[in-house]
Amino acid sequence: MVDVLVAPDREAEVGTLVEEHEEQPGFVRRYIFSTDHKIIGIQYILTGLFMAVVGTLLAVLIRLQLGWPEQQWPLLGRVLPGGFTDGVMGPEFYLALVTMHGTIMVFFFVSYVLVSGFGNYLIPLQVGARDMAYPFLNMLSYWVAFLSAGVMLASFFVTGGAAAAGWTSYPPLSAVPTAVPGSGWGQTLWILSMALFIASFTMSSLNFVATIFCLRARGMAMMRMSLTVWSFFISAILGLLAFPPLTAAAVMLLFDRHFGTSFFLPSGLVVANEVLPHQGGSPLLWQHLFWFLGHPEVYVLILPALGIACDILPVFTRKPVFGYRIQVYNLVAVGVLSMVVWGHHMFVSGMSPFSGEYFTLVTLLITIPMTIFGVNMIASLWGGRLLLATPMLFTLGVIAFFGTGGFGGLFLGNATADMQLHDTYFVVGHFHFMIGGVTLLATFAGIYFWFPKMFGRSMSEAWGKVHFWLTFIPFFIVFFMQHFLGLQGMPRRYYAFTSYEFLQTTMGQNVVISIAALVLMGAQLVFLANFFSSLARGRRAEANPWRATTLEWAAESPPPHGNFGRTLPVVHRWPYEYSVEGLEADYTPQTVSPREAPVTA
Amino acid sequence: MREGRIPSKVPVEAFFAGGLFLLTGILGVAYGARTWFPPLASRHGAGIDAMLLYLLVAVGALFLCGHVALGLLIWRGARQPQVTHRLATAKTEWALSAALGLLMALVAEGGVLAIGIPVWSEYFGAAPPRDALLIEVTAQQFAWNVRYPGEDGVFGRTETRLIDDVSNPIGIDPDDPAGVDDVTLINQIAVPVNRPVTVRLRSKDVIHSFFLPHLRVKQDAVPGMTPEMVFVPTRAGTFEIACAELCGLAHYRMQGVLHVLSEDEFRAWLQEHGSR
Repeated sequence: MVDVLVAPDREAEVGTLVEEHEEQPGFVRRYIFSTDHKIIGIQYILTGLFMAVVGTLLAVLIRLQLGWPEQQWPLLGRVLPGGFTDGVMGPEFYLALVTMHGTIMVFFFVSYVLVSGFGNYLIPLQVGARDMAYPFLNMLSYWVAFLSAGVMLASFFVTGGAAAAGWTSYPPLSAVPTAVPGSGWGQTLWILSMALFIASFTMSSLNFVATIFCLRARGMAMMRMSLTVWSFFISAILGLLAFPPLTAAAVMLLFDRHFGTSFFLPSGLVVANEVLPHQGGSPLLWQHLFWFLGHPEVYVLILPALGIACDILPVFTRKPVFGYRIQVYNLVAVGVLSMVVWGHHMFVSGMSPFSGEYFTLVTLLITIPMTIFGVNMIASLWGGRLLLATPMLFTLGVIAFFGTGGFGGLFLGNATADMQLHDTYFVVGHFHFMIGGVTLLATFAGIYFWFPKMFGRSMSEAWGKVHFWLTFIPFFIVFFMQHFLGLQGMPRRYYAFTSYEFLQTTMGQNVVISIAALVLMGAQLVFLANFFSSLARGRRAEANPWRATTLEWAAESPPPHGNFGRTLPVVHRWPYEYSVEGLEADYTPQTVSPREAPVTA
Repeated sequence: MREGRIPSKVPVEAFFAGGLFLLTGILGVAYGARTWFPPLASRHGAGIDAMLLYLLVAVGALFLCGHVALGLLIWRGARQPQVTHRLATAKTEWALSAALGLLMALVAEGGVLAIGIPVWSEYFGAAPPRDALLIEVTAQQFAWNVRYPGEDGVFGRTETRLIDDVSNPIGIDPDDPAGVDDVTLINQIAVPVNRPVTVRLRSKDVIHSFFLPHLRVKQDAVPGMTPEMVFVPTRAGTFEIACAELCGLAHYRMQGVLHVLSEDEFRAWLQEHGSR
């Protein structure tokens, strides 16, 4: 296979490439070890959805324990004998649950489905390319990601169970095997899996950047790219800059655990009444390295969610997104700022309080571009003719969650308030709205929206709407209430709160949250049923069922190998040409020439 | 879809969808508008509470406005037969952005920095007062080892190799005369009311976090570091100490008690525990 790194104007040569492809490869090369970006995108989405099911089941167990602490669950005890003694969940199992739930949802669900899945599927289609810049690297990235997910899942089955030091894995807890039961092979596999994940994500990010830079169709200027592509572009750059430090940190942690180094371990440690030989390391170093990745990582996840939301809005308001150019600048500004704010996770870590002041200042600066971004999304509704289809409902949910989550950021981003709120449920509520809620709703919006393109069939609208209502309301209840648990001082990662006098009043709230959470998680069955039954029996979709303007809708549904037939599309206008005055149709695809319809931007 | 083909159920859907966001805003604020914090018991905590209160009010207002706007725009937009372009010009776009930028600069940067940073810098920056009571707290899985320097005001030397979890949990050197009068306790701290207290934090094994919810105090105890913090308890009573950084199996039970006593009660308490 030749890498198709072709300049945008050499479409004739790319055209011949397709003909080479037309000799159909066998099943394995087409659907399993495929280099086609669409197959790889769908592979990522399916893998991510599977991991989401696992992560959700872990959350069910977490909520059972928090709502009804130390209750006997005889059936669960029989299914999971390792985690339950006499039907009561053990604290070591609880810690493994929260650690793995966080890790799986952040890295193996949202990253896979939203970033790698949609990114791979949409970027070549939306910029008018036949495939990614490096198709083989793309395939490699998926299979490394697959391996990484497998290693993470395998860690449930080793002695001592899965990692239990939290998804942030702060040493010494994560570095000293005797410190916590899951810190045996579970933690080692966690580190290995993360290293594989980062390797895979780096390959994928490289591909995103190269494709967007080099493979845009003729006429596709940067300022004619959809906000989806822009957001993937910024997020891929952030990934490339921020992920390598964690690879380094993971290797160092591995060495501390197994080869006697002391990167993160200071002298004088006494664990389980035994003096450890380490000396000279610093536990804070890990926190800096982790959050140097960790904070940009949340933007890596949330920017594509916002980009997708901005692209779905105009389709269902039949007017351009409000302030396209400003939105692009906002994405860039947020990307730059996200690299310099990691310390706001460490206000009470013992880091210099002067750094605390700096990190407060820059963190609060982020609120400015993010607020403008959010309000521009609301303003996009102004004067529009709203069609409340399922993707639109989820997108409206994205806007609301983004606002709610963002406001929580004002509390946590400033050191003074964070002194009280750090590591409480306020944090849990906040990040579930942002990297949980915004990304989840955007993922659903994206799936309902692009499903016809991906599979040539439509998902059920009626069930989609049921899914929306049963997702939005319980999700909001669960995580909104958790903010107030935090204000009451409830610390996170507690197996039970029963022994604390000052938390007695939170018992009832936890029961309500657990019930809402169970409704939320149960409702996802509606989605899964809709997804798989539509896959088999959904109504056949035309090429452009939503009457949208971007390039992917110019291809067939589903697009053939090579995406665009004999010749690549030529782009004449920006992606939001809706309801241009004086025209009969209320949308003008990007490929329509200026002779047929005036170009507004 | 031309005008005539807009399905008749649109008003119903618009009503529900618009209502959803409207209600989210109103009910959210109604739920949040009450006293949530554990009752305050420290001097600097008043500043933190003021910061939190400012945020709750400012954010509550923005939250309400945002959701009401979203709800109304949905309700209006879904019944609108035609797209209107009036607002979407480059001028209005930049004007709105500038206005929002200014608003957030005022609310977020201005308000937070004006109220928050003085509290933060006083808490960390001010030198500990001369009359402050010095206490050392050494965290371990899963207990707080508390030590008072005794009459001489000097802590005895500690050595890692002398540590034994049962007989000498923080490894006090018996040969150091300064250590003879040190008072050690587990999970119990007593302090006099209205007098500054300096807590020197250490950890033997993993990272813990010393959290006094009623006193608005939270500081990680990191092995290899000895951060100090100063606070002034303003109310007599018994307050819980919790661990706020995941430290292992019994993290959730790493519980201690802070007794805030009158000067006399405190002296008696220290004598009683010192004589043991």
